Amino acid sequence: MAKRVLVLIGTKKGLFIAESDEARKDWSLRGPYCNTWPINHAVADPATDAIHAAGGNEWFGPAVWTSMDLGETWTHSSEGLAYAEGEEPVASAWSLAPGHGGLYAGVQPAGLFRSEDGGKSWSHVKGLRDHPTRPHWNPGGAGLILHSLVPHPEDENRMWVGISSAGVFGTDDGGKTWEPRNKGTRADFFPEDQRYPEFGQCVHCVVLAPGTDQLLYQQNHCGMYRSDDGGRTWESIEAGLPSTFGFPTAAHPRDPKTVYMIPLNGAELGRFVPDAKAAVWRTRDGGKTWQDMRAGLPQENAYFGVLRQAMATDRLEPAGVYFGTGGGEFYASVDEGETWAPVAGHLPAISSVETFVIER
Amino acid sequence: MRIDEDTGAAPRGTGGSVTVKLSGALCDLFPGSRRVVTLSAATVSDMIDELDRLWPGMADRIRDTRPAIRKHMNVFVDGERAGLGTPLAVGAEVYVLTAISGG
Repeated sequence: MAKRVLVLIGTKKGLFIAESDEARKDWSLRGPYCNTWPINHAVADPATDAIHAAGGNEWFGPAVWTSMDLGETWTHSSEGLAYAEGEEPVASAWSLAPGHGGLYAGVQPAGLFRSEDGGKSWSHVKGLRDHPTRPHWNPGGAGLILHSLVPHPEDENRMWVGISSAGVFGTDDGGKTWEPRNKGTRADFFPEDQRYPEFGQCVHCVVLAPGTDQLLYQQNHCGMYRSDDGGRTWESIEAGLPSTFGFPTAAHPRDPKTVYMIPLNGAELGRFVPDAKAAVWRTRDGGKTWQDMRAGLPQENAYFGVLRQAMATDRLEPAGVYFGTGGGEFYASVDEGETWAPVAGHLPAISSVETFVIER
Repeated sequence: MRIDEDTGAAPRGTGGSVTVKLSGALCDLFPGSRRVVTLSAATVSDMIDELDRLWPGMADRIRDTRPAIRKHMNVFVDGERAGLGTPLAVGAEVYVLTAISGG
């Protein structure tokens, strides 16, 4: 059966869609969609074929945009995507994830919403913001954002979220109550005797390994980590990587021990690829060892960063891997990261990359 | 009952008839909306409710949940910058504009 591979590229000025057949050699690019609003994250819901794009506009506030025809036409809504009257308003929608028959949205300032009608209307999952630690959550450089949404693959009561810089939180009761899941992750920006707090870590990206319900990976402001127990404890996997700082993490679609990261030179060193030479780092053994993959990526004068939601894999065999840079370049690999090719070079700053494989 | 000459809809708002001029960027978000509309409203907040009745969702784009007019939106009533509670006199001319901001 023929396959269409869509890559959803959220940018500072609209959503773009790159499309190819399963060979993934020749790409067409279309967009910008969503009236050129800043789009922080876009996902497809395979259950409905809908494409949803989360964003916020300087003038008009937050919205989740939806297309039911693969991007040709769009509607937008923020109905219910709001906190109670008098609270600081929702500025922007930051992340999306289909799951458990609904659609989740993470917003800034950090909070979680769920839609039961495909993004037309939203209800607040209040339990997260009711957590007693919430008054002590501090914003990261991009604001107090809920960027990582990880629904459990089967159990509708379980879910993880990542908030910069409050840390990872998990629920086992459908969002009513949450617990911080940060044990073992560092917070170097706190005093020396407080660097392993219960919460307050600056998590940058959390993903769940395929075929598991307990194995999580994360890039953090201070380290790279894995957890074998659903985030209750984390172990460092940064040995072998060129830095302890980076944003995106992408899981292989089938192998739970294969994960991709893009370390950057450091929080206070410009946040671009180390030595201005681009590499995607891959582990095949769950983080024990790392391989830097550079073929096809610029090895001189590369001063870009890759943001937290801007790397993804597809589910083809071999897996495709994709990332987009803060400078608007979009790269693709069709051999699990071994070799890379630029697909687009002059887009607005890229915030997110996700894939959608359609069989028809 | 007077029929609204711009929308064909019967005004349901409270208060007198006012003329509202909307920014192009706002109208672009609501297919079928008009740059100039006459409606009945006693205050700016009523006016936003009326716009939302005509084009569902438009209120969210003008007014946040504090509630207040969004930080980078400007509403002018007869030439004066207005807030949600600003009263609208019969025949008032209201502009809903996007401020200079963004990047």
